[in-house]
Amino acid sequence: MEKKQVSIIVNGERKEAEIEPRMLLAHFLREVVGLTGTHIGCDTTNCGACTVILNGRAVKSCTVLAVQANNTKILTIEGLSRGQNKLHPVQKAFVDKQGFQCGYCTSGMILTSYWLLKNRKNVSEEEIRAAISGNLCRCTGYDSIVESIKEAQEMMKEEGDALEHEQEITVRSKR
Amino acid sequence: MIPPPFDYFAPTDIQEALDLLNKYGEEAKILAGGQSLMPLLKARITTIPYLISLSEIRGLSYIDERKGALHIGAMTLDCDIELSGIIKKRFPILADAAGQLADPLVRNMGTIGGNISHADPSNDLPAVMNAIGATMIAKGRKGSREINASDFFIDTFTTALDHGEILTEIRLPFWGNSSGGSYVKFKKGTWNFSVAAVAVQLELDGKKVIRSGIATTSVGPRTLKMEKAEKFIIGKELTEDTIKQAAEMVARDSQPASDSYGSEEYKREILRRITTDAIKNAHKRAGGE
Ligand SMILES: Cc1cc2nc3c(=O)[nH]c(=O)nc-3n(C[C@H](O)[C@H](O)[C@H](O)COP(=O)(O)OP(=O)(O)OC[C@H]3O[C@@H](n4cnc5c(N)ncnc54)[C@H](O)[C@@H]3O)c2cc1C
Ligand code: FES
Ligand code: FES
Repeated sequence: MEKKQVSIIVNGERKEAEIEPRMLLAHFLREVVGLTGTHIGCDTTNCGACTVILNGRAVKSCTVLAVQANNTKILTIEGLSRGQNKLHPVQKAFVDKQGFQCGYCTSGMILTSYWLLKNRKNVSEEEIRAAISGNLCRCTGYDSIVESIKEAQEMMKEEGDALEHEQEITVRSKR
Repeated sequence: MIPPPFDYFAPTDIQEALDLLNKYGEEAKILAGGQSLMPLLKARITTIPYLISLSEIRGLSYIDERKGALHIGAMTLDCDIELSGIIKKRFPILADAAGQLADPLVRNMGTIGGNISHADPSNDLPAVMNAIGATMIAKGRKGSREINASDFFIDTFTTALDHGEILTEIRLPFWGNSSGGSYVKFKKGTWNFSVAAVAVQLELDGKKVIRSGIATTSVGPRTLKMEKAEKFIIGKELTEDTIKQAAEMVARDSQPASDSYGSEEYKREILRRITTDAIKNAHKRAGGE
């Protein structure tokens, strides 16, 4: 089994490593890059705790090989906030509306919500529920999560153009 | 869970991919989005020593309106099929199925080519291919060939693709102006795969059906083309009674097995109901009523 060189932009920083081809993106992020905000829940493509944004689309990082993500841009929960004490509107809405309890599903939920709100305007409750159907939560019963996403949509609307022009991936440092 | 070790190749052109497939023979497999393959590898249900990814090959992802048919690249994502304006307009039956396949995160990674080549009897797109009468373009080292959907799905996890071939394109022939289709999927709880699902595509001349395609998902070793029901409705008006008889044929000609989803008889009853709904919806979309 030949190792492979990968180069992946994670939250704006280029990460290069030589890895076994069978390494999953979730493990690459947690163990090679050291970002443990991406959780592994079911490890069977059902729960969405491992959700990250790959080239603008929310995917389950436990079911993507790190080599498949070579030359892509990844956004994890660590890259979403705009610096210390400046939460992204989706994060703030989850806090304000109590969109989580134990927090295990939360990074995945927030990233799926972010992907939804970035890509669709004026989403209905039905669309919200459909969008998070690949993300399981064992605590909240989902209602507070749906309320959080509605709130986030309002907050993002208010921010208007500022958000539209923002880069998908926040560059925090260059190498 | 970590997959067993394998060598990984990401060729940048299709010829190179075909050469690798041929070099490693039975030990090699194509990787598209991995949304079917990775779970199998992680659970160690299968071992594949050589994985050949199509993701670095340009030009395999497109939805092109050509003369007489819609051409779809094999690597087109399920989410792009779901949201494509032209597919919603010309083949709402396919948008129906893609929008109900798995969940949005899986659809963001999975491809139409992977869904069709995998040939799991519970995969949703094969039945739609059968109902529309799609043509698959298979590329081998010696060139390309066309395979009709009705000849493509052979058995569980088995298609007409030779080992050294890659599915590169799916062609959906346009039906007439007064045509429409519908895919109705019956699921239990939050489980994604269906207990049963039915794809119905119809074309009308006035009130009469002049062409039809009907196929099932999850109720046999592969998607089943319901030829008897297809023929039965041709030349007829879709009255309640005709629809009821066609739905009965689908329920009888399918091959459901009793399992944790339900008994055989339960599944036949589901089929009666969803076939009725699918025919009515296809009829409406074809401009009938
Ligand atoms: C949680 C979950 C739920 C799911 N629910 C559904 C569902 O409801 N309905 C449904 O239909 N599917 C479902 N799936 C299965 C899967 O998401 C889809 O079938 C997906 O479209 C597969 O495409 P892929 O590109 O990921 O295929 P891959 O996993 O990459 O490949 C699948 C198979 O096809 C072969 N292959 C792929 N592309 C080609 C090609 N171009 N030429 C030749 N061979 C090829 C591969 O070698 C492999 O054997 C689900 C999966 C998960 C994990
Ligand atoms: S850990 Fe990836 S889907 Fe559950
Ligand atoms: S907050 Fe505990 S799983 Fe969702």
